[in-house]
Amino acid sequence: MRRRKKGRVTMNFPKELKYSRTHEWVRLQEDGTAYIGITDYAQDQLGDLVFVNLPSAGDSLQAGEPFADVESVKAVSDVNAPVSGKVKEVNEALSDAPEKMNEAPYDAWFVLAEDVTDTDGLMTAEEYEAFITEEG
Amino acid sequence: MELKRTPLYEAHLRCGGKMVEFGGFEMPVQYKTGVIREHMAVRTACGLFDVSHMGEVIMQGPGAVSDLNRLLTNDYTVMEDGQARYSPMCNEQGGTVDDLIVYRITGDKYFVVVNASNREKDVAWIKAHVSDSTAVEDVSDAYGQIALQGPFAERILLKLTAEENIPRKNYTALWDRDVGGVNCIVSRTGYTGSDGFELYTPAGETEKLWDLLLEAGEEEVIPCGLGARDTLRLEAGMPLYGHELSDTISPLTSGLGYFVKMDKADFIGKAALEAGGTPAQCRVGLKAVGKGIMREHQDVYAEGRKIGQTTSGTHCPYIGYPAAMAIIDREYSAVGTAVQVDVRGRMVDAEVVKLPFYKK
Repeated sequence: MRRRKKGRVTMNFPKELKYSRTHEWVRLQEDGTAYIGITDYAQDQLGDLVFVNLPSAGDSLQAGEPFADVESVKAVSDVNAPVSGKVKEVNEALSDAPEKMNEAPYDAWFVLAEDVTDTDGLMTAEEYEAFITEEG
Repeated sequence: MELKRTPLYEAHLRCGGKMVEFGGFEMPVQYKTGVIREHMAVRTACGLFDVSHMGEVIMQGPGAVSDLNRLLTNDYTVMEDGQARYSPMCNEQGGTVDDLIVYRITGDKYFVVVNASNREKDVAWIKAHVSDSTAVEDVSDAYGQIALQGPFAERILLKLTAEENIPRKNYTALWDRDVGGVNCIVSRTGYTGSDGFELYTPAGETEKLWDLLLEAGEEEVIPCGLGARDTLRLEAGMPLYGHELSDTISPLTSGLGYFVKMDKADFIGKAALEAGGTPAQCRVGLKAVGKGIMREHQDVYAEGRKIGQTTSGTHCPYIGYPAAMAIIDREYSAVGTAVQVDVRGRMVDAEVVKLPFYKK
């Protein structure tokens, strides 16, 4: 358990998600689709996020390659696809409320991907927490 | 390269500052509060900034005024003790060496405050261009400087000093004043567009003053970093050297004609500025109409062709929209003109708006 800043409730690294080395999370679904977003660690490092540049439905995703970017007041940061596939759906609501990425990073999904492959490199919650502890 | 530290380095660590490199110094870009909260604090309450990295130079001698008038585009012949006056400093080509503020201490003694990133360059330039009777001394390391900015700045300062030690008028300063037991120059100036003060102290006492101000301000003041300093000055439409001014961007192009007194006998760059006539480009404010945040050095288009470039740009927390300043062809500078900005390969619609974006 880790105490979060800004008075938010202590949060786990959700166990049902998978994680990438570049701090994206993936919710793999039964039907081969997956929701993708950025982790709590990522939003904490980036600071107040004020903008998100999302791809379009139909765009292809390549594991490890940028597919979106987020902007804090001062900087732009690439978000990498944690898996390969195709964008099925884009979370347009996130464009209008970028602060959700900071407030609820595991609810603030960017895209729903389909035809998902290249999931082998993903970490479990435990592995990701250990990875961060080493990095930090 | 080893980075320099201001007298407030330890204070920044204590306050949770996130340290980055700026102008050769280790400075806080923000604290745990974050850029947005720090920016809003200045607009609605009060913020405290370390500006000790700025350079200070004392010019003294019977020829000091005429030297200032030759070095700078503004006119320094009519000033009162304690008065401050902003000016660009040009090179022979009419480009800008730096922009700075000059305080008159007495008729033949002046306190010149320069950008941190240009300190060495400015001192060398000034020394190379003054008359023999003018002494030029770089006193930057002797001073620390704290900016207290926001609507509550005056009432916080009143907790530490008597009313007579607080300048009433903007761009005036009072020398040798006791603020909470610390000897200060109290200047009613700032780089945020909100009301406030800049306090110069002996370097050895700056940390003490920082802590006193935080204590006196209680809940009403928070430390603010360079991130907020930049978003605030941009909202206020204030130029930043290296962006809206540079050795190839003249003060006239940058819309600072008010500070360029062409009827002075002579000053460095005058001939070039005269020969240049009305500049072909000028500085404008841009407001994003489409979705996107304009940043610096992005191409600006109108009617399908490139008309200039942004010089600064960011999401501005108080006004609540992405704003940029740009230098563009004069024909497109009318308020309301529709332009497009190339934001990393994507064209974002924007429109020319009046500067400043924010006025207190």
